[in-house]
Amino acid sequence: MTGLVSAVVEAWDELRIHKVRVLLALVGVAVAVCAITGITAAAQMLTQTVREQSERDGGRDLTLTVNLYPAGATEAPPPAAAYVDAYRDLVERYEVEYASLDMWTQLPVRLPEGRMLVEGQVVEADYGVIHRVQPVQGRWFTDGDAALYAPTVVVNETFLRMLGATDLSVPPTVLLGGDEPVLATVVGVVADRWSQESPRAFVLHAQYERWQLAASAEEMGWNIPSLRIWVPPAMGDEVTDAVRRDLAAAVPGTQVDVWPSTADFSVLDGGARWVVLGIGAFTLLLGGLGLLNISLVTVRYRIREIGIRRSFGATSGRVFFGVLMESVVATVVAGAVGVVLAVAILSAVPFEVVLGTPLQEPPPFPVSAAVTGMVCATAVGALAGLVPAVVAVRVKVIDAIRY
Amino acid sequence: MALLELTDVTRSVRLPDDRMLHVLRGVTLTVDAGEHVSVVGRSGTGKSTLLNILGLLDAPTTGSYVLDGIPIGRLSARARSRRRGEDFGFVFQQFNLLPGRTALENVAAPLMYARGRAFWRRMRLAEEMLGRVGLGDRVDTMPDKLSGGEQQRVAIARALVRRPRVILADEPTGALDVETGAEVMGLLDDIAAQTDAALIAITHDLSVAARAQRRYRLADGVLTPLVEAPVGHRTEWVGDVPTAVAP
Repeated sequence: MTGLVSAVVEAWDELRIHKVRVLLALVGVAVAVCAITGITAAAQMLTQTVREQSERDGGRDLTLTVNLYPAGATEAPPPAAAYVDAYRDLVERYEVEYASLDMWTQLPVRLPEGRMLVEGQVVEADYGVIHRVQPVQGRWFTDGDAALYAPTVVVNETFLRMLGATDLSVPPTVLLGGDEPVLATVVGVVADRWSQESPRAFVLHAQYERWQLAASAEEMGWNIPSLRIWVPPAMGDEVTDAVRRDLAAAVPGTQVDVWPSTADFSVLDGGARWVVLGIGAFTLLLGGLGLLNISLVTVRYRIREIGIRRSFGATSGRVFFGVLMESVVATVVAGAVGVVLAVAILSAVPFEVVLGTPLQEPPPFPVSAAVTGMVCATAVGALAGLVPAVVAVRVKVIDAIRY
Repeated sequence: MALLELTDVTRSVRLPDDRMLHVLRGVTLTVDAGEHVSVVGRSGTGKSTLLNILGLLDAPTTGSYVLDGIPIGRLSARARSRRRGEDFGFVFQQFNLLPGRTALENVAAPLMYARGRAFWRRMRLAEEMLGRVGLGDRVDTMPDKLSGGEQQRVAIARALVRRPRVILADEPTGALDVETGAEVMGLLDDIAAQTDAALIAITHDLSVAARAQRRYRLADGVLTPLVEAPVGHRTEWVGDVPTAVAP
């Protein structure tokens, strides 16, 4: 135990005394570890950003979108309410935690500019979870909103502007519906998806039905919503089969389509991953060669010192281990500096600004990449220290003292 | 039982032209604990080789070396290194202090190879030893800021910090002026006596050799007792031979 500790202490002392040459030798190693860790972390950030953006459109992994269509023309298709009931039975039977109806429609609204039809999306509260909806003002729907007597709406920024409001400090209201409009309260605002987007609004399906908010009675009766359910990816196929089977049985004469929203979100995989790792490994190799070079030169300068240490009782094994440890300790320190540097850079870079979107779930710091970088740095240190260590052991003590 | 015992030791090296150079020839020497022995000889007579063999830095070509009852030839290289660290303290002519380290770090350096309490308490032990050689106020000074005499004191403290049983001094005053040399030798004598360590000094300075209880002369690899000068005479080099000279 004392032997190991004293060897590490000795190595640390050597590094402290020769810090300038150590610093010079280790810049490459620190940069390589920083690059490996930093690039991996940045790639994970990018992957998460792509994932979240993708999930805002298609739903979280794995979201199944269920569409029902009347099949065959011989009999009159059932009303939309029948499909909605079938959906609800399905969700209840399988105890699906996150599910939402989803239907696009034209909502009649009365704005200061006059009565107009705006793009409306009829949903349920879980839609916000499934599609990672992040209001820029106010809030998304809660389950309690469906029970409120007066409807609540979430609108986009254009809609809010057209209402003549700039924020929700005093919640604006808007008249919704056709011949018998109802006053709805704006509880949240989402960002426009692109510049000069048309006004659009989300309303809850329960409120849509209660207040008959469609542009016409015909649309109210025949516009069939989709169902979005968020299920564990591993259960995707099983749930898809069950949904097809159960809904076909529940609403005879109906075609059931189920679409999964899967996508490969990995930005850094396959060839790209190997290229990044290759660049990191090459940088590490260059750092190691620099270290080897400087260590060799230093050992030659330190022959006398090695001889003196042998006179103190240092065994050849201890001299070998000591020189090797110097290199290893140095690269471990450099690796740690590289990781700290990567953390500092990642903390300083405003990813939300660079990537243009806030991250709901920022990925954790890639500990595995940091550990890999550290292990590689240590291995390079050991390899770079091997040759100088052999040279140090071969020094003849008597000659060394007189060197 | 003698602390160390060389019997009929030779040391030969093969020269590049394949001839054999006999550095030591039939050297026999016995040293007891606490004894002060000096070996005088001109340059190139084999003094340092003898010191290296005594300090386990080199091995005899023939003959036996018994240290504390143990034949050294039977020890592994590792065991020899350990015994060297534990039993011997070296004082070199050029001090051989480690550059870039303070006086304290230099004195503590041998304790890096000690085990147990000696390793963990190395800084305190080194500080105590520096105090004993009168450098308690220079612990944080770098060697290049110390005078020659002070550097040799640091070297002495370093040689003694592991409480060796034998101090091997190779021309300990060779790089010092006469006055400082005498002062350093006095210190070395005192501390060796206090710690009951044997002191073997190899020198070409007859005044340094004169401080020893037993004195030897090494010439052409042959070790012979130095003849005592008659009372009232002093010993001086006459050619290659230390000779009693009337005042």
